[in-house]
Amino acid sequence: MTARLLLPIALTAILAAGAVRAELAGDTAAGEALYGQCKGCHEIGQGAEDRIGPHLNGLFGRRAASHTGFAYSDSMQRAGVDGLIWGFDTLDAYIENPRALVSKTRMSFRGIKDAQDRADLLAYLRRFSANPANIPEAAPTARGTDHTVDPAILAIQGDPEYGEYLSSECVSCHQVDGSTEGIPSITRWPQEDFVVAMHAYKDKLRPHPVMQMMAGRLSNEEIAALAAYFKDLD
Amino acid sequence: MTFNRRKFIAVGAATAATLSAPRVLADNHGKPRVVVIGGGSGGATAARYIAKDSKGAIDVTLVEPSRTYFTCYFSNLYIAGFTELGDISHTYGTLAAKYGINVVHDWAVDVDRDAKTVSLAGGSVLPYDKLILSPGIDFVEGAVPGWSVAAQNKMPHAYKAGSQSELLKAQIMAMPQGGRFAMVAPPDPFRCPPGPYERISMVAHVLKQTNPTAKILLVDPKEKFSKQGLFEEGWERHYSGMIERVGPDFGATNVTVDPEAMTVDIDGSVENVDVCNVIPAQKAGRIADMAGVTDGNWAPVNAADMSSKADPDVHVLGDAAQQGDMPKSGFAANSQAKVCAMAVRGALTDSKVFPAKFTNTCWSLIAPDDGVKVGATYEATAEKIAKVDGFVSQTGEDAATRKATYEESVGWYAGITADMFN
Repeated sequence: MTARLLLPIALTAILAAGAVRAELAGDTAAGEALYGQCKGCHEIGQGAEDRIGPHLNGLFGRRAASHTGFAYSDSMQRAGVDGLIWGFDTLDAYIENPRALVSKTRMSFRGIKDAQDRADLLAYLRRFSANPANIPEAAPTARGTDHTVDPAILAIQGDPEYGEYLSSECVSCHQVDGSTEGIPSITRWPQEDFVVAMHAYKDKLRPHPVMQMMAGRLSNEEIAALAAYFKDLD
Repeated sequence: MTFNRRKFIAVGAATAATLSAPRVLADNHGKPRVVVIGGGSGGATAARYIAKDSKGAIDVTLVEPSRTYFTCYFSNLYIAGFTELGDISHTYGTLAAKYGINVVHDWAVDVDRDAKTVSLAGGSVLPYDKLILSPGIDFVEGAVPGWSVAAQNKMPHAYKAGSQSELLKAQIMAMPQGGRFAMVAPPDPFRCPPGPYERISMVAHVLKQTNPTAKILLVDPKEKFSKQGLFEEGWERHYSGMIERVGPDFGATNVTVDPEAMTVDIDGSVENVDVCNVIPAQKAGRIADMAGVTDGNWAPVNAADMSSKADPDVHVLGDAAQQGDMPKSGFAANSQAKVCAMAVRGALTDSKVFPAKFTNTCWSLIAPDDGVKVGATYEATAEKIAKVDGFVSQTGEDAATRKATYEESVGWYAGITADMFN
């Protein structure tokens, strides 16, 4: 009951602060750069599909958890039922601190503290929404690459049976059923994203010490095998 | 002597029959049999993985006396009030229902390695093709003079979780204001190297809330302990002035206790205490000794498949095993169990066997949202399980990192227990 009461209060607070929040003009080029943090999970632009998170085309004006075909958290579904509509103010609050707005969201993201950064990111996101109508349609956007993984490595066909054995090391922490409590889910992670992320740990670009250690001793073939196993896991 | 073709074939067939005989004779259903003794992080994981991955081709029996299993990990958090005892308890129904494991709640009292059978206290005899021992620890008798299992209600060990954890917590809550909690820490090697020091932290947290003038006396026979810098930094920050550690320089290798008088004698200096948590020196769970696979206190194993150095058809997992560089932890036992399960399946059903890989991470909580961790990866060499790479939390980390580390440990708990029991 408490959770259901909290959301309208949070929304009221956002609406009261709305005038201040909306005044910051966003820079779409800076926003595009910031979107690099999001695209591990969210696709956007022409041909965008749901991945770990839903695609973000047509986000503005959409009711929370209303995009069919994506399995939202109970918390997000409740927020939608309670009337959360994605617009500048609500998205601004959500990406500032996701759990402050939707307490048990599966979106595993710390949030962006800087208001200008958020305005930039939202300006970029708005380019992919027809609504509000005064935002022009975005030009078709190719899916960007923010990695330097050799295409030959990405092309390796992993052995899912080997992946299944190797996965026994992963599932001591990452739950197979997709739970995200404290540790993100890797179940049904798209293959290429999986490989890119593991190489980012291996190259110590991503910071987590456990994952740097785990990825650090996996060969290219082993990473491909894991990716092949996890992509189809039930 | 001529060796005609007919005779050759006959001899060949007889040889083949002899080689396959143990599998066939040991099994009424035509399936190879695995018996696992001990339903903790090593045994439950091994049983689950063998049953799950062999898809019914191997008959798996799990012998575990307790119907409800309490994890030792997170039992310190129970003492601090961060979790309920129910949250760290697990049962074996899913292993039976989902994977067809024959779960037997009984004590294994003997192993006949020649007949390849396990005898249970209830009188049953279980034949096996492969035996997996994952019995955890028992205490070395007389390790702390004055203490015995008979005195464990006066001076709890709480190092096998459950009723002992509940008892220790009740005693801490009942301490007089300004009273004194003592811990007698064990010598190396022992289960969960950071465990005693996480416990000191959690007891300090409780006392700070309920009994802020209370004192903690840590009597420790070791020069150094796991994550020492991190714990000592945390104790200074959160519990300044509350914790006194007496090390070997000041007599902590010569300690006796008197459970009736509630005193701890440290090299002749007698200290009165209100609660005394005695964690004695440890050895492999006794069934390993009865099976004749121990050398001294522990059971030496081959790193590649966790098989006993005394018997290739007996495997030893977790705390009981003497394997090399891995610490005795639930995470390590879970990791070893998967290597063992793969090797056992490969031997009994000719499934693929991949190279052994091992991992461990130990998280500890120092104060609310102040979590730290240490971990490493390992490989199998001819001599032992050898460390490859590792990391440890740093002193002076920011609060957000420590909070994320704690939250990660909560996620890990859910992950490993699902990997054992779901």
